[in-house]
Amino acid sequence: MQKIYTKIESIVGNVVVVKADGVRNGDLAMVGNSFANVIKLDNDRVYLQVFSGTQGISTTDPVKFLGKPMMVSYSDKLLGRVFNGAGMPRDKGPELTDNMIVIGGPSANPAKRIVPKKMIRTGIPMIDMFNTLVESQKLPIFSVSGEPYNELLARIAMQAEVDIIVLGGMGLKHDDYLFFKDTLEKSGAMGHTVMFIHTASDPTVECTLVPDMSLAVAEKFALDGKKVLVLLTDMTNYADAQKETAITMEQVPSNRGYPGDLYSCLASRYEKAVAFEGSGSITILSVTTMPGDDVTHPVPDNTGYITEGQYYLKNGRIEPFGSLSRLKQNVNKDTRDDHRALMDAMIKLYSSYNESLEKKSMGFMMSEWDEKLLKYGELFESKLMDLSVNISLEEALDLGWEILAECFEPNETGLKTNLISERWPKKV
Amino acid sequence: MGKNISGVVTGVNGNLVFVKVDGSIKKNEVGYILVDGKKLKGEIIRINNGVASMQIYEMTEGIKVGDKAEFTNELMSVRLGPGLLSRVFDGLQNPLPELAEKCGFFLERGEYLNPIPDKDWEFTPKVKAGDTVMPADTLGTVPEGLFEHRIMVPFGLKNVRWTVEKIAEKGTYNVEDTIAVIKDDKGNTKELSMVFSWPIKKAITNYEKRLRPDEPLITKIRCIDTFLPVAKGGTFCVPGPFGAGKTVLQHMEAKNTDVDIVIVAACGERAGEVVEILKEFPELTDPRTGRSLMERTIIICNTSSMPVASREASVYTAITLAEYYRQMGLNVLMLADSTSRWAQAMREMSGRLEEIPGEEAFPAYLESVIASFYERAGKVRLRTGEIASVTIGGTVSPAGGNFEEPVTQATLKVVGAFHGLSRERSDARKYPAIHPIDSWSKYKGIVDMEKVEHAREILVRSIEINQMMMVVGEEGTSNEDYILYQKGELLDAVYLQQNSFDPIDASCDTDRQKYVFGLLYTILTENYSFTSKREIRLFFNQLRQELLDWHTTAFDTKEFYDQEQVIKDFYLKKVIK
Repeated sequence: MQKIYTKIESIVGNVVVVKADGVRNGDLAMVGNSFANVIKLDNDRVYLQVFSGTQGISTTDPVKFLGKPMMVSYSDKLLGRVFNGAGMPRDKGPELTDNMIVIGGPSANPAKRIVPKKMIRTGIPMIDMFNTLVESQKLPIFSVSGEPYNELLARIAMQAEVDIIVLGGMGLKHDDYLFFKDTLEKSGAMGHTVMFIHTASDPTVECTLVPDMSLAVAEKFALDGKKVLVLLTDMTNYADAQKETAITMEQVPSNRGYPGDLYSCLASRYEKAVAFEGSGSITILSVTTMPGDDVTHPVPDNTGYITEGQYYLKNGRIEPFGSLSRLKQNVNKDTRDDHRALMDAMIKLYSSYNESLEKKSMGFMMSEWDEKLLKYGELFESKLMDLSVNISLEEALDLGWEILAECFEPNETGLKTNLISERWPKKV
Repeated sequence: MGKNISGVVTGVNGNLVFVKVDGSIKKNEVGYILVDGKKLKGEIIRINNGVASMQIYEMTEGIKVGDKAEFTNELMSVRLGPGLLSRVFDGLQNPLPELAEKCGFFLERGEYLNPIPDKDWEFTPKVKAGDTVMPADTLGTVPEGLFEHRIMVPFGLKNVRWTVEKIAEKGTYNVEDTIAVIKDDKGNTKELSMVFSWPIKKAITNYEKRLRPDEPLITKIRCIDTFLPVAKGGTFCVPGPFGAGKTVLQHMEAKNTDVDIVIVAACGERAGEVVEILKEFPELTDPRTGRSLMERTIIICNTSSMPVASREASVYTAITLAEYYRQMGLNVLMLADSTSRWAQAMREMSGRLEEIPGEEAFPAYLESVIASFYERAGKVRLRTGEIASVTIGGTVSPAGGNFEEPVTQATLKVVGAFHGLSRERSDARKYPAIHPIDSWSKYKGIVDMEKVEHAREILVRSIEINQMMMVVGEEGTSNEDYILYQKGELLDAVYLQQNSFDPIDASCDTDRQKYVFGLLYTILTENYSFTSKREIRLFFNQLRQELLDWHTTAFDTKEFYDQEQVIKDFYLKKVIK
């Protein structure tokens, strides 16, 4: 039944064309020794994207259609294992072939989702207090290259209370891959972790498969009632891989060479973050590096429109401006009654501090108000913003009141009178 | 309908499928591709040398060359009838909760359910046999939640004059039962049920006259109603970078706006946001009626991970439903979030069709499509003499927050109000982050225009002074200017900003707005005497505090007037008599 075709008509980029019939869109094939999938059909011409690249492929290499779409094995045997973008083992373990599931499956029905209500505590005040991470949220870390984003990602992963961690690495430096592996092993988290790793030296097409692989597996775990945290780093590499494919397919580019469907591509992956009614959840934390610290670059820009907020990592700190957790409203009303108001007031004052700082740098005389703000800003940065701070949310809130009381009169804070009378620290 | 035309698949490219057809087909006709026993819906968007290019509303994995296709001879349509309110549909009018019951957690492709629930309704006839009726005339009514749902003569009938042959008596009928038989002058009869179809890309125009939108639409958001008003039957757009609060603002509008029906089209945005509406709205009460807010809401939800082609259809589905309810004499607000995703869906299709791209690869027809969409809004006088309206509010998500991009620019050309959100304001947590100076509105508001204009001038001056202070410093600014600067800041802090999480401050109705603005205007236009900048700052800080506290007291209560007195006593001390 399985026919073998031995006449490849054309090889362009990672795409080969072969004449065949009865082939279904999206099906998997073998070209030589590499997997490939069908991306376009035109009468009897079949366009195949070759996962390991087309280098060295000859026009007479055998092409075999497998009659099924791209799949990945799902079972508890995955835990503690490392695979590449095509689902092949990266560690020395055996290949897994039982219980194969389709990757890139259909979208979850919005009517079956539930409103996320559970906070994920990280011990980082800039997250817990100002931009709370919520279960089933999708949140990227926007970062300039060179920032410790992978360290931050690893730290959140270690401290967050989840059942399963799925790490998808795209275009990862080999050092970074080892860093994740060591950190997870040292903390004992490797036992409930699955890794799909594409390193910078691996074929491009495999890079585009990593998110689908990771999320397909995560989805199954979530349906089995598990709390899953998916870490994807770095999504900019994923988008660049998509760009490469689109350009070789001669698609009309839309913005800086990226394909017009970049938004849809990213959205269908990020939207896999979900809390299922009566079952588990998927939380996605990703890294998007911003080329040239430019947030209007198509990748961070499109990502921002899809995700439920973002953390800006800059100068080794999570910036309060631009950082946002859209779901924090769902949880920060139930943490402590002063959480929201204090958060808003402190950010507004920090914003004023920045204005004063600007004035100061231009050599203006500082008014009494400016001096207060300057003092406040410095305290805020050293006591709350520093990434090394590791305190609970409640401690962070108390600290916030202390900082305010140290710098301001109550009516300068813009907080409501009843909150002030309840929480304002008594002068010692 | 004639014989079914069928065809054979000859190619697949993304969600575009090429079908070789024998026989007559028309452009924009709906067809199905038969795959693995499933029928995948699509629409013909181009016909070239006998090959139809079909945009498929589902994922196209598994389709192969040689698969069968069949065509329906109908344009992409929605079904109109009682039972649409408070429901949740996808872009093709598939009811999502019912789909979930059938298929579970995921959206299975090729499943299409009837959007009109199979239900019995209490029918009351409004015409009698022998009466002459025209399309869109009311045959009878059924009670649907808060409204008398009108059962109308289908809008699309070719003949204009029909005679009622038979009409059902008052009683309970199934939605699909024949409730009337009508006859045209040639003797052709037509049996009518409570349901009929209408093509989504065609505007419903069975009204007598389109009127100028001149009546304010009350959103209960101070910044909009007072400074940047929207009119019933008007259009407005909300462009803004991500994180500036477009969706929160739209949800506020959906909750508080003074209209009969709200239709929310979540087009290519996050599923989580739709879930919030789904879970939150049924719990909230509509202050106008005392009933659940969901009873006046329809959600069309085609989130970003759902197929791109039906995203394009979703805004049309939403506007068609809005127009349908307008025919019943109601005021409808349709909110589209976000029109950029819809435009991107057009771009994706255009790219696959290998059309010559325009700016940023958007198709050249982008502007005309956006214009004709917004033109479907309007205030109209129906043939019954009733005034009804459809107001459209669309968010725009410009790439990089830059308003110079094609979708924003095309939208700005056709809308009546522009509520531009700014990153600076949202970073500083100033919500709603509508930029008070850059935004504009061509409609009439609820407060005296001159006063509003004056308040705006104070704001503009305040911003200018602030910029000047950046250069010359506080000490280089005169006390008069500094007071003016503080006045602008005060106006911003206590009037333009509104706390959507405070139960009282979240919705500020017309009377309260007029009252509060009245006092604030007096405060802003008074002259004050101060000796130092410190004193000025302290005075305005305190005043701001008192006004913010005032916002959290319920209108027309003792606390409200007490706090007002506190404010008056405080500021009058410093006024130069």
